[in-house]
Order: sequence, then C-alpha cells, then structure tokens
Amino acid sequence: MSPTLQRQLPLLTTAAIFALLFATAGFMYTGFFSGRVLVNILGDTASLGITAVGMTLVIFSGGIDLSVGAVIGFTSIFCATMIEQHGWHPATAAGVVLGLGAGLGCVMGTLIQKFKLPPFLITLAGMFLARGSAFWISTESTGIKHPLYDRLSQFELPLGSDLGLPLTSVLLLVVLAIGYVLAHHTRFGRNLLAIGGNEQSAILMGLPVASTKIVAYTLNSIFAVMAGLVATLYTGSGNPSLGVGLELDAIAVVVIGGTLLSGGRGHMLGTLLGILVFGTIQSAMLFDGRLNSWWIRIVVALLLLVFILLQRALARGGRRR
Amino acid sequence: MDQSAPLLQLRGMGKSFPGAVALSGVDFSVRAGEIHALLGENGAGKSTLIKVLTGVYTADEGEARLAGQVIRPSSPKEAEALGISTVYQEVNLIPALSVAENIALGRQPGRFGFLNWRAIRRHAQAALARLDVRCDVDAELGSLSVALQQMVAIARALDLKAKLLVLDEPTASLDEKEVEELFTVMKRLRAEGLGIVFVTHFLDQVYAVTDRLTILRNGTLVGEYATAELPRLTLVSKMLGREVQDVSGRTTAVQPPPSGEAPVLETRGLGRRGAIQSIDLALRKGEVTGLGGLLGSGRTETARLLFGIDKPDTGEIRVKGRPVVVRSPRDAVKLGLAFSSEDRKSEGIFPNLSVRENLIFALQAKRGAGRMLKHAEQMQLCTHYIAALRIKTADTETPIKNLSGGNQQKVLLARWLATQPEVIILDEPTRGIDIGAKAEIEQLIAKLRADGLAVLLISSEIEEVVRNSTRVVVLRERRQTAELNGAEIETQRLMHAMAGTHEKPHG
Amino acid sequence: MAEMSSSASRWRHSPLLWPLIGLAVLVALNVVLFPSFLRVSVIDGHLYGTTIDILHQGAQGMLLALGMTLVIATGGVDLSVGSIMAVAGAVAAVLLRQPNLNLPLVLLAAIGAGLLAGLANGTLVAALGIQPIVATLILMVAGRGASQLISGGEVIIIKNASFEFLGNGFLFGLPVAPLLVMALYLVANLALRRSAAGLFIEAVGDNETAGRFAGLAAARVKGLVYVASGFCAAIAGLLATSNVRAADSYRVGENQELDAIFAVVVGGTALTGGRFLLMGAFIGALLLQTLTTTMYNVGVPPPVAPVPKALVILAVCLLQSEHARRWFKGLVSRSRP
Repeated sequence: MSPTLQRQLPLLTTAAIFALLFATAGFMYTGFFSGRVLVNILGDTASLGITAVGMTLVIFSGGIDLSVGAVIGFTSIFCATMIEQHGWHPATAAGVVLGLGAGLGCVMGTLIQKFKLPPFLITLAGMFLARGSAFWISTESTGIKHPLYDRLSQFELPLGSDLGLPLTSVLLLVVLAIGYVLAHHTRFGRNLLAIGGNEQSAILMGLPVASTKIVAYTLNSIFAVMAGLVATLYTGSGNPSLGVGLELDAIAVVVIGGTLLSGGRGHMLGTLLGILVFGTIQSAMLFDGRLNSWWIRIVVALLLLVFILLQRALARGGRRR
Repeated sequence: MDQSAPLLQLRGMGKSFPGAVALSGVDFSVRAGEIHALLGENGAGKSTLIKVLTGVYTADEGEARLAGQVIRPSSPKEAEALGISTVYQEVNLIPALSVAENIALGRQPGRFGFLNWRAIRRHAQAALARLDVRCDVDAELGSLSVALQQMVAIARALDLKAKLLVLDEPTASLDEKEVEELFTVMKRLRAEGLGIVFVTHFLDQVYAVTDRLTILRNGTLVGEYATAELPRLTLVSKMLGREVQDVSGRTTAVQPPPSGEAPVLETRGLGRRGAIQSIDLALRKGEVTGLGGLLGSGRTETARLLFGIDKPDTGEIRVKGRPVVVRSPRDAVKLGLAFSSEDRKSEGIFPNLSVRENLIFALQAKRGAGRMLKHAEQMQLCTHYIAALRIKTADTETPIKNLSGGNQQKVLLARWLATQPEVIILDEPTRGIDIGAKAEIEQLIAKLRADGLAVLLISSEIEEVVRNSTRVVVLRERRQTAELNGAEIETQRLMHAMAGTHEKPHG
Repeated sequence: MAEMSSSASRWRHSPLLWPLIGLAVLVALNVVLFPSFLRVSVIDGHLYGTTIDILHQGAQGMLLALGMTLVIATGGVDLSVGSIMAVAGAVAAVLLRQPNLNLPLVLLAAIGAGLLAGLANGTLVAALGIQPIVATLILMVAGRGASQLISGGEVIIIKNASFEFLGNGFLFGLPVAPLLVMALYLVANLALRRSAAGLFIEAVGDNETAGRFAGLAAARVKGLVYVASGFCAAIAGLLATSNVRAADSYRVGENQELDAIFAVVVGGTALTGGRFLLMGAFIGALLLQTLTTTMYNVGVPPPVAPVPKALVILAVCLLQSEHARRWFKGLVSRSRP
C-alpha cells in the first residue's frame, strides 16, 4: 500500500462508511435520497458539529474536554434568561457568554498545562461547574421571543430548486471551514498535531507548547458557546439540561472521523464525515419509525470500536522497526 | 580547517543534581570542519554534557564559548538559535507528520499566518538535496527507516543554520550500509566547515570517521586525543580507568568446577535483529558465567531474550536439555530462572510499596493470588534477607523509594533469591552501590555458586567480571567474539577481547 | 513511647485524614444549621433520620466506588458503570415480568449481565490494549443502548415484594441497601488482603513493567478489575431499580460514573494508580452524599449541587499534584521576608 494511501486510510474508511450508510438508507427508505434530507442532517447536527470541531483541535493536542455539553446548556439558559428577563439584546448576551466561555477554557487549559493536572478530571470539574451554574440561573427551560431570533431562524441561504440552508447549518459550515483552515493551514494547527504526536519532541524542537495547549482549550470553549448559541436558534429557547452527554457524542464523532484519541493524527475533514455519519444514522432512525433511538447508541458504539481497532492495527503496521 | 580558535570551547563545566555530581571540571572543544567523538561508559557524564550544551540543563559552573562568544543557552530553542543542533538517538521528531513538515515545523514559510505548503515542500526537498538524500517529502516520517529519519533530523538541523551538529548515538539502530551512508553525509558536512560532535560507543566507527576524541569518566575529563594517534587498547583502558601497565597478572580467584555436567540453560544461535547476533551460551550449575563487553555490545539484550522479555528472531533456548519457548517473564520464572534488571527504577522496584512487599513479590507472583504467604512467613523471609544482605532500612514497611539505591538493589536481589531459582541473571548488580556493599554482593555471588546455582553475571566493570567468573563470554558490537575459561580469565586478556585487539606477546 | 508516636504520625500522614476531616466539617455544618441532623428515631423497629437517609441514598454510590477503586488502582478508569446499572436493572425488570421465575435466578441473570460487560471492558483494555477511557466509553454508549433495547424503551414498573425488599426493606432496623454494601466492602477487603490480589493490583498500578518482569500476569490483573467493577455496578443497578420499583433505562446511573471517580479520588486513591484505599472510597462516597443532602437541605436545587463538587475535585487534584505543591511552596517561601 502506498504511504499516502496508508496515511489517509482512516479518512477514506469513514468516507466509505458514510457513502455506504447513506446509500443503504436511500434504498431502504423512499425519499431519503434527497437534498432536503442532507440539508436536514446538517441542521440537526449543527450544534454537535460545531462542538466536534473544537473537540477535534483539543484531541489533536492529546487532550480532552468533558465540559462542552455543560457549556452548551449554560449558554442557552444564560442567553434566554438575560434576553427574556433582563431585557438584554441578543448580541450583548452572546458577547458576554462568549467571554465567560473563553475564560473557563483559559482557566482549565492553564491548570492542565501549568500543574500537569489530568485533563479528564479538570474538564470534569469544569463540566460540573458549568452545569451547576446553568441550573443556578434557572431550573426550567425558557422560550426566547426576541424579534432578532425570529428573523434569524427564518433566514435561509438559497441553494436553488426550492432548497435553502438555515442559518444554523450555514454556521456549522462556516465553523468547519474555520476549523479546517486552523488545523491545516496555520502553524497553530500543525503545532497542535506535533504536541499530540510527541510532546517531548515538540518541546525539544522549540515549539510553543504551553501557549498552544492553553489556546486550544480556550478556543474549544468558545466553539462550545457558539454551539450553544446555535442551539438556542434551533430550539428557540434556553434549557439548562441541554447538551447532557453531548461531549461523548462529540468525542465519538471525532474518533469516527479518523482522529486518534491519543492525539497527533487526524483531519478536520474526518470530523465533517463523522458528523455526516452520525446525522445519517439519526435521520435513518427517524425515517424508519420502527427502530428506536437506542439503536443509534449501539451502532455508534460499534462504529467507535471498529475505528479504534482500525487505528491500532494501522499504527502497528505503519511502523517499520 | 581553522586551527586557531576552536568553534566550540567548554571550560570547567560542572553540573550537579541532588545527591550526585554529574560533571566536574570538564573541558571540551570542537573545531570547525572536524568530526569529534565523545566517549565514555555508563555514568561518565556524556549525556549530561550534551544536555548542558544544548540547553536542556544549565551548567552550575564553567564557561561555554561558540565562535568566541560566551553562550549560556537556557532552552533547546535558544541553543538552536545560537547554531547548536542536536539529533538524538530516538530521533526527536514527530512520526505522524510528513517529512516536509518535520523539517519546517515551527518556522514554516507563510503569509498572514497561513502556511504556504508548496514552499514548505520545496524547502524540504532543497534541505534533503544538500545531504544528497532522496525521499518523498510527503511521506509520513514514522513510515521511513530509522536511518532515513535521522537524515531528516539532520536536514532540519542544517536548515536551522547549525554551526555545530551533535549526533547522539546515531548508529545504534542502523545496519552497516546505513552507517556508511551516514558517514558519507558527515564527511560532506565536515568539508563544508561544520563541527560535528559524534557521541557513540562503537569504537570501530570512532576509528573510521573521527578526527579527534574526548574521553569522560565518572563525570571528569580523562583527556582529548587525536584519533589517529591513540591506540585502541589505550583508548579502552582510559575509558575503563585501567592503566595498561598495572593490571598484568590480575586473574580470576575462582577455580573452574568439574566439567562434564550438562548445562542447566543453554542457547544455540540465539539472536534478535538490532539487538544481538547468534549467541551460544551454556550455563552450568555451580558456575558463574560472566558476560563481558562494552556498553552497547548486546549483553542486556541477551538477558532479555533469555528471560522472555523480548522474542528472539533466530536460535533456540534449552532448559535442562529440553528446547523451550520463553514467552514471558512468567514462563521464565516457572522454568526456574530469575533476572535482576540493570534498570531498577523502571523495571525493578514498586516505588510506593513497602520493602517487604517488594521483597516477597516474585515468590508471591510464582505462587499466585490464592496461596498468599502468611504474614509470619513474609516477615521470616524479610528478616533472613535483611540480615544476609545487610539491607539498611528503618523497618519492613518503609516504602522502598526511601531506601538508597544500593539497598534497593539488595532488596531486588533478595526478591529473586527468595524464589530459589536454578539460574539467576544478574545485570549490573553492583551499579550505584558503595564499596562495602559491593563486597557483600560479591560474597553472595560466591555463595550462590557454592549452593549450586547457575549464575550469569553482566557487568561493565572488568575487575568484577574477572574476580567472580569461572567462564567469560565476550561480546563486542552485538556479536559473540571470544570465550575465556579458568586461568585464561584475566584483566589484560579480557580488555583485549572487549576492545577487539590482539594481545602483544610478552617479550 | 516511640511506638505511639509512630502510629500517631502514621495517622497524620494517612490519606484518609483529608476526607475524614471534610466529612467532619460537613457534619458539623449540618448540626449547626439543622440541630435535628444527627437525631435518629425508632419507628416500628426501624431506624429513621437524616443520617440514615444519607446512608440509604448513598449506598449505590458507595458500591460503584468499590469497583471503581480497583480499576483506578491499576491506572485505569471505568466510565460504563452507569450504563451497566441500567442493563442490570432492565434485565431484572424484564425477567420479573415472567410469572414463575424465582428471584435468585433473576438476580443471577442481572449480575451475569454486569459480569459480561465487565469482561468486555477487561478484554478491550488488557488483551487489545485499548485505552481505558475509550474502551469503557464504548461500553457506556453500547450499554445504554442495550438496556433500552432490553426494556423496549419503556419504563418498566416492577411489582415484586421480595425484589423490592432490596431497595426498601429493613434488616436489624437498618435499611438493607447500606447494610448490603457495607457487607460487600468487608468481604472485598478480606478477599483482597487475605489473598495476594490486593498486592497484585497495587503492583500493576505502581509499576506495571516491574510487575511483568517479576513474573506477574499483569494483563490478567488489569482485565479482571473491570469484571469486579461490572459486578459492583450490576448490584448497584439492582438496588436502584428496586428502590424506585421501576427500571428506567434513560435515567438510571446518569452521571454516577463521575461521582464514583470523584469518591475514589477524594478517598485518597491517586488517579495514576498504585496504593488504594477501600475505606477511603467509602468515606469519599459518604462525603459526596452528605454534600448532596446538605445542598438540598440548604435549599440549593439538586441540579446546582455539582458546583461545590467541582471545587472539591479541583482542590484534590491540586493537592495530589507534585507540580502544584512545589508551586505553592515556592509562592509561600517567596512571600516570606
């Protein structure tokens, strides 16, 4: 197998699986093979997808962030409460919560880097903090009735033939593009992969390891906040329970996309494919009506296992000595 | 070739760590356009000196000058900026990224923060061309052979406008052809005026390619010599601290045992790629077989094959005449083997567990989880060995990490002796132990021999091998080259065998 | 005299000290705020009171912490315990719908499911070398799905008096659940310390390579702890299901894995593995439950309770980290004149 092919094998496998899934669903359910379904997939997974982009960056560097789901919940109820009960303009609310998110990410990243604390536990604490704070603001969901929200939720990017991309999907694609550029066309992104690949070597090579890692966590939290904002658009409300378990879905999406969970290897395109795979499974379940949502869980878990094993086999085979 | 001021001049370098002095009063100089070897056995201070030079450590005393300017690099990045680049034995690059990326990492060409991939590729190709090395710059670094990875590392170093290139054990994982190719590149760079520091333990290679060499021992400078003017035996004796003259006649004190008994453990043609080629050993009851050789000659690798830690590529192992496959240390213990590893910190002790738990561990592992040793039995074992080996510890429950290195070693020896093995492999059993304790361990080895164990003794100290062995197998650069029996075991002959030279007939 | 001071100093340095102090502080706080906190009354031969409630509600967490301690001691982690709880509960609920199945068989089946899940985890980690976080993540996701599959996606109501005894009954005046859990702790402690199992687990966590080189079947030890964790999770699932008299595959065990990890770490077992403290895990879980109850009594809505948990985790991490300790010492020494 040519070296370039071997490098891209995980990515190609994900692409193949997505194609397979989509085709199977298309044959099984009439009407599945349509642009509208694809558009809906993008819309339904927008929040998860934006989170996954940020998570990809953190995982590249060998870290992990369990707080993103809680941050989404916090963002949504914060905005809803500030807009509805304190009369804030949505832009103000968004600005403030982005700042808070960045703050959380920065603190977590600093603790992890400076004191060599385990990312798993620190981001777990971050998750508890964000979730608890969300419920502190309000224990119930709040609808958002701001005119700006109405306008934004009706916005559609026309794709021709009576099809349009809602704002949430557009935002997903924009964030994916930003993520792609960051990961593959900036020094920051390449440094992330280097650190995840071999942190000792990265230090010896003189790369700015500390600042890169802290920025990664900060960015990830910012993306999580954005995902929360998108979620408020999508549901038209704020809910402190939003995003429970989302971090694990995001990790699954990233791994299915071919990114190595221990860091150092992966492609942002893989995350896009992972999102599509996830969304296709979800859509197929909805289309079917017979199968229920728990099948999604099992299929996703099996896919995760397959990919992990594939990654290990490739890693062992790729090394020559 | 600049003969006046050296490119690099270190004077009086000193570096200490809590509890140990790693370097003291070391001078080191390298000229532009020369390949300079840095030699020394384990603990000599080679790696500390390199780390001080390349900014990983800061020296406690001494002065460093590069091209006349005083330098004091406090990080690898600073050292690189000054023009000192290092290629490490483990090739500290990023295996998952491409060759081109590795060469450019940290300084990629680009505009407004966006990388210019075409420029990165072109750049890498130019850097490799300078070394006359051909390879696909888009290939993943980890998929290349170690030799090629090293070339990439050198290309990266040169790209950083290195004036001084440090190569730390670069040939350890290369085959002969790859070593030749590396030498070609080194000679080309030398011709361009680069200063190259070549850290190695392969003496043949030192004589093949270096101009001058510096020898360190126990953290101090032994001397600096022109390679062509230093005979091989003198080199070895200086590395080991033996004067060529005064060791004549030092022979083994051990009488060879009655011969004819079948070996307890023997190997035929045992080998593993990159570790050891085709070794034949026969360990007999009541005998101490010494495994002599310089650092890197393959002694520990042999032990690892015997004990099931590594899998051999060739040859066979026989225990009591029966061919066996030793798949893991567990198998080895069941066959009656024991192995006291040279790296007690990462392969020996359980740092946070108590002395008692460390001591009884191998015996307990042999019995399994169900048949637990009663507390009284454990204490009995502890009291016995603490007395027998004179282990200094506050009590049996102290965490073993609180003991001195020497006492930790004794606990590990006790651990293995408690399993009552038939064969025991001792890898550097007296490393890091004070004189008094050393003598105790040697007495212990004698007692083991008297008790009928078969002992394989690996030691870098010639005297120790000579004093304690009834037979010595000599390894040199991963090959078995000689065997000394009985009266043949004496320091001069052993040194010759280790150095690969021939003894001059006594006139 | 020397003996007394050495055992006293051992107490001072024992990792159990911090969680005990934390617990004592919480209890003192509660007594100040709610004078009836420590009061226990006897009704119909059964004991009632806030402290009894804490023991009862904390039983599941304590049990999860038991298995989790062993896993963490080998340097791993088990994220699937909540899902295994759900699976065990679902299996029991479905089987109890059959009219003529006797209870011990049902319990055995549920526990068997937990053991199977644990075996899957153990195989992935020890035989296939997959990172514990990933391996148990897979089981967590798959397990949740499996439990929903088994229960048909519904919440199954259980009407079986003997089964309900587990979660609601009283024995010798005390609720069954915490009694059962404490008994399991005793049995586990005995088994681990009377056999060499405890030593082997600590060895694998302390220095796995040294363990292997000393002839230990390290991989086997690493794998078996997950089976133990699955066992504990299955029983915890049975307790939970019995307590509410229903199998709710969506909600059972939610976030319990994180609480269990929290209890183990607070109880003095380092996340990196090695020496473990079963007693510490028990106290850690007790501390956690007391914290939750305190929050509730003070009027903090239960979903907000995680906030103080976060601060405690942070404090424990910083205390356990060499780097952090050195940094703080550096700060203190620099500020001294």
